[in-house]
Amino acid sequence: MKEIANPYKPEIATIEDTWQETYGDRAIKTFKVVLDDEEIRENWSHRPGQCAMIGILGVGESMISISCSPTEGKFLRFSVMRAGKVTQALHELEPGDKMTVRGPYGNSFPVDDWKGKNILTIGGGIGQAPLRPIIEYVKANRADYKGLSLIYGARTSADLCFKDEFKALDERDDVNYHLSIDIEEEGWEHYVGFVPSLLMEVDPSPENTIAITCGPPVMINFVLQNLKELNFTDEQIYTTLENRMKCGIGKCGRCNVAHLYVCKDGPVFSYATLKSIPEAFA
Amino acid sequence: MERMKIGKEKFGDFLAALDKQLYAPQKVGETLRFVPITPEDKLDLEFSNTTVPPKSVLFPQTETLYRYELGKTDLNLPDDEAEKVLLGVRPCDARAMAIVDDLFSWDYNDPYYQGKREKTTVVGLACSDPEVNCFCTSVGGGPASTEGLDLLLTDLGEVYLLQPLTEKGNNLCREAAEVLEQATEEDAAAAEKLHQEAAGKIVRKVDTEGVTEKLMELWDHSLWQDLSRACLGCGTCTFLCPTCYCFDIQDEAEGLEGRRCRVWDSCMFAEYTLHASGHNPRPTVRERTRNRVNHKYSYFATKFGKIACVGCGRCINLCPVNIDILNILAEVIKEAI
Repeated sequence: MKEIANPYKPEIATIEDTWQETYGDRAIKTFKVVLDDEEIRENWSHRPGQCAMIGILGVGESMISISCSPTEGKFLRFSVMRAGKVTQALHELEPGDKMTVRGPYGNSFPVDDWKGKNILTIGGGIGQAPLRPIIEYVKANRADYKGLSLIYGARTSADLCFKDEFKALDERDDVNYHLSIDIEEEGWEHYVGFVPSLLMEVDPSPENTIAITCGPPVMINFVLQNLKELNFTDEQIYTTLENRMKCGIGKCGRCNVAHLYVCKDGPVFSYATLKSIPEAFA
Repeated sequence: MERMKIGKEKFGDFLAALDKQLYAPQKVGETLRFVPITPEDKLDLEFSNTTVPPKSVLFPQTETLYRYELGKTDLNLPDDEAEKVLLGVRPCDARAMAIVDDLFSWDYNDPYYQGKREKTTVVGLACSDPEVNCFCTSVGGGPASTEGLDLLLTDLGEVYLLQPLTEKGNNLCREAAEVLEQATEEDAAAAEKLHQEAAGKIVRKVDTEGVTEKLMELWDHSLWQDLSRACLGCGTCTFLCPTCYCFDIQDEAEGLEGRRCRVWDSCMFAEYTLHASGHNPRPTVRERTRNRVNHKYSYFATKFGKIACVGCGRCINLCPVNIDILNILAEVIKEAI
């Protein structure tokens, strides 16, 4: 079989570093990986919002969003929640271990079209992973954008991802962030409540602003409602969809929402587009 | 190339003249399906249609993507495909190949499917005796339609008429030139008459005009609840559909030998869309039935400009609870404004 252009054949990558973001049954672990093939590593390019199929030979593959911006360097990051067989096996991997990677897949956040605008990200739980590349991209091209505001929440402070990175933002005056947890905890200095309520508390102006939200479906639904209440137009709101995926290239069939494939036509959708797809919020 | 003919008693000589791996319908247990044959094998082409469509040769039910040794990272791709001849393909199933071609060449080329497709010559067999649930004439086909075929055979009783349609078809006739005779005007006229008679025997019909839009208008209509209630989720309608191509990708390992393979899957299975979180965007037979019909008659048509149904009738014939896609479409047409 021809070696070239086999979209099912993955690259082999080596795990360089891992971080245990959260613990428990649905623990989240972040992997920093480097593609083994030097030429492919140098030529790899992805855009914020794209995904990759990562896996372990003998176990299987899962579609995971690439949680780093291409501006960070010649490596990839994946933040993986332990949920099924493949993600369980991924959590058992340590630095030096190998994984398979193919991609990048899907469309991306139109970050270049957003130049000159305020960027507002609204994340919940593992939903911060696909938002992180936007934040890093904007930070790397800071002069091209106006305000950068982050709203992020999780059930408890222990369930928040990227805690050190949020803390590091205290040193900067060009990024502001707001954190929330669902239930009061001793020593917690930020908001207590749900992310959609925190959004109303922050009360961002829709003027020249793009709002991007990722998180559990129930959170997204209320965030969308609240953004409308804050007078954001459908075109100013972006989110991502996720569905079960196997091929990543619009063939295997299962990730469709009506006539669109999340793996090809998504995962990024404007609210204006989503409203026209009957199955989008199923 | 001109039409040729061959006496049925010499058909084995025709096959023997072809230096290719031959596939033809054979009974395997209770099912009729395409399997490798030799020119000496007894051929029975007196069937209405096979149980399993010939997609099983181009898109096998289980197909190795690559092999590996556990603990190592070398990926071994399968060998190049041999030249194949698919023999006795019904025109509906050949049209299905032309439809599925679009999917496997959309955006990304699929080297596994295309590798087989390019090396395969499809020899069709015109229908003379359509089944009760055949409706090819309603979806752009017919008992002697040639789309997707390289060569069409018509059974004229004592002889087969051979109508080459593509360069691949011409090549087959050239390879077997010694055993073929030139067909006469009368042979061609007799074949034409048979084709028209066969078309006249198709009783089931549906008007597909505007159905792509009508289906989307009826997204939340109660007909989906009513017409899907009996569904057992067995997946037969999709596994045996010649235009269904959905697949899963699975790793298999035994000892140190591992492979990543793709296997047929079905949108009628609950697990097909089940997230690891437990959430399922298509949680019941209602959503899954709607997806099956919409995909064939609306989503695929929106994306590729053609309906992904060839009217072979298998999903109707083989459904254990008599769910009938023509009844569903009739209801859609009736309810749409």
